[in-house]
Formats: sequence, C-alpha cells, structure tokens
Amino acid sequence: MRLEYPSNIRIIRVPCTGKVDVMHLLRAIQKGADGVYVVGCLEGTCHYNEGNTRARERVEYVRMLLEEIGMEGDRVRMYNLSSGEGPTFAAYAREMTEHIKKLGPNPLKTAEQNSGKKGGGKREAQAA
Amino acid sequence: MIIAKRKPFEEIKEMLTPYNKVLTLGCGTCVAVCLAGGEKEVAVLNAELDMARKLDNNPIELGAFTVERQCDMEYLEVLDSMVGEYEALLSMACGAGVQFLAERYPEKPVFPAVDTTFIGVNRAVGWYEERCRSCSSCVLGMTGGICPVTMCAKGLFNGPCGGTNKGSCEIDKDQPCAWYLIYERLSLQGRLDSIKNISPAVEWQNQAPRTVIQPGYKKPDEAEAGN
Ligand code: SF4
Ligand code: SF4
Repeated sequence: MRLEYPSNIRIIRVPCTGKVDVMHLLRAIQKGADGVYVVGCLEGTCHYNEGNTRARERVEYVRMLLEEIGMEGDRVRMYNLSSGEGPTFAAYAREMTEHIKKLGPNPLKTAEQNSGKKGGGKREAQAA
Repeated sequence: MIIAKRKPFEEIKEMLTPYNKVLTLGCGTCVAVCLAGGEKEVAVLNAELDMARKLDNNPIELGAFTVERQCDMEYLEVLDSMVGEYEALLSMACGAGVQFLAERYPEKPVFPAVDTTFIGVNRAVGWYEERCRSCSSCVLGMTGGICPVTMCAKGLFNGPCGGTNKGSCEIDKDQPCAWYLIYERLSLQGRLDSIKNISPAVEWQNQAPRTVIQPGYKKPDEAEAGN
C-alpha cells in the first residue's frame, strides 16, 4: 500500500515508543524542528505492556517543559494507532503538519535569525 | 537517602541571568536516585536553559558533568581542570554537595538548582516520603520503628499529646497521630511497656553544625599531625 503523507516529515523508527526518551523529544525541538510527534500502538496493546503509556507520560512531561521556557507545549504530541492502519498514519501526519503550520516556525530559529546567527533549516516534524 | 526537588525553572534562570558560561553539575548518588539531579536531569535542565536563553536573545554556553558524589572532596577533584573556564557553577546536588563545591572553588559563584527537602524513602518510582529529621538521638528502638520527630506534628519525643483523637492528629483528621501508630505497633509486638520510657529532651536545638567521626578515624588535621 503506497500512501501519501506530507514530505516535510522525517520519520525516525524505534522498536517501541517506550524507547523514546524525554531528551530525544527535547533535542529535536532544541535543534530546530517545528514539532515532534510520537506515533505508538493503541493503548492496551503494547507488546512490552507499557511502552506506549510511558511514551505518553514523557510526551506530557516535554510539553510541560516547553511551556516552562515559554514555548508552545502543543508542538509535541502523541498519537496512537494499530499497525495495520496505514491510512490513519497518513491522516495523523497531515493533521500534525496542519497543526504545526498554524503554530508557525520554531521560535528558536526566529530568535537565532534575529540575533544575526545562522538560522533557517527546513520545516520538519519527526515521528517515531 | 536525601530527597530533593528541582527548583522552578524561572528561579534557576533568574539566578543565571548575568552569566554566559555555566557548568551544570549533577550528583550521581541520592539526587540521581530520587530523579532530581542526576545525569539525566542535568541534560534536561541544560536543554531548557539553552532554549530559554536563545528565546531571550541572551545565549548561554553550558557544560555538563555528573560526579559520583558532590559531598566527597575526592570526587570533586576531577572538576579542578574544568571549572576555570566557567563563570559560575550550577549544582544539582543536595545542599551539602552545593556547599562542598562552593568551599572547593571559593572564587566561583555556585548556585543550587534543587531544593533539598528531606531524608526519606522511595515508596514507588518518583514518590518519596519523609522518614527522619536526623535528630542525632534515635528513639526508633522504643517507638516500634516509627519516628515521632518526623511523624508527630509536634515532633514529641514523649507522646501522645492531649490532642490525639481516635487515631488522628489534632492538626488534621487525615493526619494520623504518630503516637497512636507507635502504640499500635508496640502493642502488636507485645512490648507496650516501652511507651512508658521517658526519652530525655533531644539535643538538637540551637546547636552548632554537628560532626561525626567514626570509631577508628580522626579529624583530618589530627590525622595529619599524627596524633
Ligand atoms: S551530594 Fe548530596 S545528593 Fe549527592 S551523594 Fe552527597 S548527600 Fe547525596
Ligand atoms: S528519632 Fe527520628 S529523627 Fe531522630 S534519628 Fe531516629 S528516625 Fe531520625
């Protein structure tokens, strides 16, 4: 099945969303990603029991950390689907892209540009 | 172990405002176990500070290092070659660790990134409860292993007080009376007599900082003098 999803998304594969650490999410934003979202299995279906619920907690924590420093926590999100749901994956990708476009570029890039340093980098979101 | 909480981000950021190059130092023991100031927390705090200062248009350069124990000079030695290049140090250790760091590098401003909270136990991941106030005259042997200094609202060494109310403390219905718990525990063990022992007043009021020298050891200066 070939599915169209926005090309500005960079996918990072992990064996289980439980592997996604707070620092992975934070680093992506710190390095200029406009948004990051984690796509995990449906809750209650984790092969390792609680990988995806842990991931959700970490996503919540990172959202709080971003709010703490004055950024929109909603640049980081968690989505759940079952492995057979290709079209849902593509739908979430489009939803996230639209959502991030509304929020605008990562303010860190704007801050860097304003301070005259090199900035830019293409708009990107990361999925795991 | 010693339990600490990370300070609110705003407070940390405020302390560091005048500095542009700071070394954040974690401690690998108590505060790492209670998830407040170990290697991982250093990484998270530095990432936050880095982003916040960029947003403020006042970038900061941050170093990160986690020593085994900040309350041990031996482990601070590795920092000697590092601290020179920084304007200030941000310590994520407990208050004891922060002070030892400040003592070793007296010309460097040292800031605490955590609030040291209590000596406690790990009830579940991320959940800690206070258990001891280091009164230095432990009465746990007479109280069935329940600390009245910590658990009794008045810290009574001899209790209960007249306010004990069917298992609750007079300050709050939901607060168990420590001396009621002690009574129950001693009664379970068949040694209720123990509650009648009078413990002399604890000696921790108005005292100078305490020192402990374990048997077989000497104060460092005496040891050096060969006494
Ligand atoms: S510095 Fe504090 S937190 Fe670190 S080991 Fe010593 S007592 Fe524990
Ligand atoms: S009586 Fe309580 S405060 Fe005193 S040493 Fe024992 S446990 Fe700690």
